[in-house]
Amino acid sequence: MDIYNEISTNKRNSVLLVSLFFVAIILLGFVFGYIFFDPYLGLFFAFFISLIFTLISYYSGDKMILAMTGAKEARKPEHTYLINTVEGLSIAAGIPTPKIYVINDSAINAFASGRSPEHSIVAVTSGAVGRLNREELEGVLAHEISHIKNYDVRFMMLVATLVGITVLISDMLLRSFFWSSGNRENRANTFIIVIGLVLAILTPIIVQLIKFAVSRKREFLADASGALLTRYPPGLANALKKIRDDKEPVVEVANRATAHLFIENPLRHFKKHTSNIFSTHPDINERILRLEAM
Amino acid sequence: MSALLWAIIVILVIVVLYVILAYNSLVRIRNRTENAWAQIDVQLKRRYDLIPNLVETVKGYMKHERGTLESLTRARTSLMNPSLAKKAQASNQISEALKTIFAVAENYPKLKASKNFLQLQEELSGTESKIAYSRQFYNDSVLTLNQKVQTFPSKIIASIFGFNGKEYFEIEEEAKKPVKVQF
Repeated sequence: MDIYNEISTNKRNSVLLVSLFFVAIILLGFVFGYIFFDPYLGLFFAFFISLIFTLISYYSGDKMILAMTGAKEARKPEHTYLINTVEGLSIAAGIPTPKIYVINDSAINAFASGRSPEHSIVAVTSGAVGRLNREELEGVLAHEISHIKNYDVRFMMLVATLVGITVLISDMLLRSFFWSSGNRENRANTFIIVIGLVLAILTPIIVQLIKFAVSRKREFLADASGALLTRYPPGLANALKKIRDDKEPVVEVANRATAHLFIENPLRHFKKHTSNIFSTHPDINERILRLEAM
Repeated sequence: MSALLWAIIVILVIVVLYVILAYNSLVRIRNRTENAWAQIDVQLKRRYDLIPNLVETVKGYMKHERGTLESLTRARTSLMNPSLAKKAQASNQISEALKTIFAVAENYPKLKASKNFLQLQEELSGTESKIAYSRQFYNDSVLTLNQKVQTFPSKIIASIFGFNGKEYFEIEEEAKKPVKVQF
């Protein structure tokens, strides 16, 4: 597997997907504007909202996530092993060392974020530091470093933001239909209203599905390239087993907005055996099996 | 203009584009190997600086391990040899000596209780794994470079512009065997 090809594919997909989202958002804005005030005003409104949100999350998404999770920067000597391991794995991956944070939570979990390897962070829960052995922690960190190296962090951050905006605009569109039924019929014909309704209902579902599918694929890839870094797949496999058998796997500071970032779904109790199509992470047993087969 | 002329022009453009892309990718990979090599050097230097501290700390406790400490110091000096093979050899010797020292340290409860020693041990084993990681990154990069230099058609571009393959940073066969500790 040539990881550098993977990276350029990922960058290309980022551009493609982001453009796709922008088209969807602009279309929504256009229909929204057409029905309620002015199509071009709606278009510009949607465009600027998404542009501003995307820029904000692109340049300060990692800081917002850190603030949300209350992570503290890791320091020597209490986190010497953690820091040394992240530094070592970054060398192996050929990226600059990301900033390292610890989240005070007894659940075992970790996430990475940032817009590029030069501006990236890795955060682990204190539970992961305390309850995983060295090989397991190394495996988890290698998975996160791979997310950074493969540009998954940028990709997932942009996707999450754009999904958020799409859902927001669709929601506004739907609400407006309820408020103003009756008095706008003279301006909008039925055809456009039907299209608007369909768009408003379907777009959020479709973009969520895209997000989940992409996220799951990236997880498998990060497992594989993490194993390529440590040359020891059982490390991550054992860590995943520990997480699977954990009685309290819920990270208290995680919410639905940050769930896709973690190494293993932090909100697991919400949807224990729901179908695969609505989850940000692949089935943990499937991941363990694949790692053990390497 | 004739179709033949056009065909020649198109082919020429494709060839020129290929040469540019292949050349750039060779430069990129060569830079990556050089950067990877620099990383190994940084870590070797770091360990080089930590060893005197370790020897100082351990000397007072380990009366019977003079030989190991001396071989460590000797290997440390030969680490500054510029040849890659010599460097790899010295690095492996140091790794061996360190492993022996840390294994033997188990027999010295006072040493094991020393905070200074524990910190040095953590730092040194961190550096050891960073050396292993940087060696891995270097060898991976060399593999990619050598493949480009040796396979057709990038081989032609490489030989025109003077790109050469590089040497791997090898682990000795001995280093792969389990360590023998003598008491």
